[in-house]
Amino acid sequence: MRVTFPHMGDTWIGVKAMLEYLDVEVLMPPPCTKKTMVLGSEHAPEFACMPLKLNLGNYIEASELGANTIMMTGGCGPCRLGYYAQVQDTILQDLGYSYKMVVLEPPEKHITELFSKIRYITGNNSWWKVIKGIHFGYSKIKMVDELNKKACWARPREINRGDTDRALESAKQKIINVEYTKDLSAVHQEVLEIIDQVPVDKDRDVIKIGIVGEIFTLLEPFINFDIERRLGYMGAEVDRSLNLSEWINDHLFLSINKKMRSCKESRMASPPYLNHNVGGHGQETIGSTVLYARRNFDGVIQLLPFTCMPEIVAQTILPGVSNELSIPVLTLIMDEHSGEAGTVTRLEAFMDLLSRKKQKKEVLA
Amino acid sequence: MHETVGIPRALLFYEYYPFWKTFFDYLGIKTIISPNTNQKILEEGVKNCVDEACLPIKLATGHVMYLASRADYIFVPRIVSLAPREYICPKFMGFPDMVRQCVPSGTRLIDTNINLYRHRGEEYRCYQELGKYFVKNPFKIRTAYQKSVKKQEDYCSLLKKGLFPEQAMKAVDRHNVKNKGYNPGGPVIAVIGHSYNLFDRHISMDLIKVLQKKGVNVVTAENLPEETMRSETSILPKRLFWTLGQKMLGAAFHYMKQPEISGIIYVVSFACGPDSMVGEIIERYIKYENTPFLKLTLDEHTGEAGVITRIEAFLDMVYWKAG
Repeated sequence: MRVTFPHMGDTWIGVKAMLEYLDVEVLMPPPCTKKTMVLGSEHAPEFACMPLKLNLGNYIEASELGANTIMMTGGCGPCRLGYYAQVQDTILQDLGYSYKMVVLEPPEKHITELFSKIRYITGNNSWWKVIKGIHFGYSKIKMVDELNKKACWARPREINRGDTDRALESAKQKIINVEYTKDLSAVHQEVLEIIDQVPVDKDRDVIKIGIVGEIFTLLEPFINFDIERRLGYMGAEVDRSLNLSEWINDHLFLSINKKMRSCKESRMASPPYLNHNVGGHGQETIGSTVLYARRNFDGVIQLLPFTCMPEIVAQTILPGVSNELSIPVLTLIMDEHSGEAGTVTRLEAFMDLLSRKKQKKEVLA
Repeated sequence: MHETVGIPRALLFYEYYPFWKTFFDYLGIKTIISPNTNQKILEEGVKNCVDEACLPIKLATGHVMYLASRADYIFVPRIVSLAPREYICPKFMGFPDMVRQCVPSGTRLIDTNINLYRHRGEEYRCYQELGKYFVKNPFKIRTAYQKSVKKQEDYCSLLKKGLFPEQAMKAVDRHNVKNKGYNPGGPVIAVIGHSYNLFDRHISMDLIKVLQKKGVNVVTAENLPEETMRSETSILPKRLFWTLGQKMLGAAFHYMKQPEISGIIYVVSFACGPDSMVGEIIERYIKYENTPFLKLTLDEHTGEAGVITRIEAFLDMVYWKAG
């Protein structure tokens, strides 16, 4: 059994660590490229959302490397993610790829369904070891998220352009290389030092932007044209409304860690603009925008894949929120035809708008 | 009290109108229905929606805008779920909040939640809540609900006899309506699509009429009992969690196996989320059965001539295959 799984930003660091901890053979698909996208959109339904297409491309590329089992997550609606696996499976079968799909999702009838799926992947490992494996992978994800957060703070303030990203890369590599749980805390200290040593100008005036929207477009730099780094270089401190570790804590661990930022907070903030859950991250998008406005952020950018249903609901409502709380909002829709230059131009224009608005506010104050 | 409630002729109108009409009538509330879709309503909808919204949502927004100045209340229920452990579509769940952004301020929207996700029996509670907007007496609401359920059953049984919603809505009040448009000996084509696209004449370019004029007998998903459609979809590896998608899929699976059905036309609106997945499954399964299949994608820019040409080509294929 050679297990593969779809890419979503830095998720692979944790998942790979977890599986290798349990002695499962892992075959990573190559990082998302133009080729992945072309392969995916060639065979996927035309109006399917971007993540489905990229996943499909990942599977095809991984199969060429020899993977034969796919591990992915599912759901139970109303977002399309819940039916990804079945549609992708039909397509892969028609194309002649022989894959076994293991979909980790809330069980339809009984919790044992989920357990037997985990058993299938993990083989003869004891449950205790499985739990330790999950903890090991999760710790890595948490560290990477922490690093990214620090990097977002440092990037607009760095003295030498590119220092932060170089530090971030070497720190991430250190996390990837950890093999035993006992080394985690030492490496944790080490990587924090690496990122803290980047020379920065603490007093520099930066623009604060919150990024909201659909989780895949938020986390995958290939699909969002590395928006965090770009905005950082333009002089903006970026805050991502959703991090993978928070999502896992909320949805897989049932908010076991109470100290972590939770989606409940943003959901509570979304009425009266959006009064009901609409699946996906629709309600979080509205709620996070409200929260960013309350925290005096300068602007918000919404990211979504083309045809994403929950985000379209949010997109319709956002102008109202923006008006009422006077926080500028830019919506960027990503699909296989999005151009880098066009996106960058829009980001630059948005940055101009924000800095003008900020100057005006300072003059008046 | 002489308050009026506006019911937009859009979304689930074609499935539930007799129910809603009976309910409001019994409570003594006057209802106004927006007219059949025309270019003006469509344009109003397109203007007030984001570009990415799908055609049915734009259309429904247009109808709500039409009613905004004409009715005291507008009935835009938040339809979350119509069957246990199933949903409709995220946009149906957010629709009241979406239209609230564009209606003139002060418009009163009735956005009762209709959520049967846990249990079908929740429906009664939802309508109690709806009735309370107008009437205090719960027993009166209860009777209204029972009458509406009865009416809805009559309506559904008429649909199963082969009538289309428009005919059935008339027939449900007075009996003896003939099923017009039946051509003995003509080929039978299954036209599958959401009722809000298919039966809106403006949007579907009167597709059913066009087919009937060419001597084709048309059947739709509405003509099948719900149980048939549910049992047909049980061959799927995972239960589908969209009620309307289930209906489309069940109807397609049922009709593709019937020898008297000569072809299937699948009508979708541009960028419809659930249909992108359901359509893919239908398309791939129909390929195994070798049934003639046409997928028509509709949006506000669809030209009538193009649609007609494609239907003609499709019918040629059907006749050619029949020999």
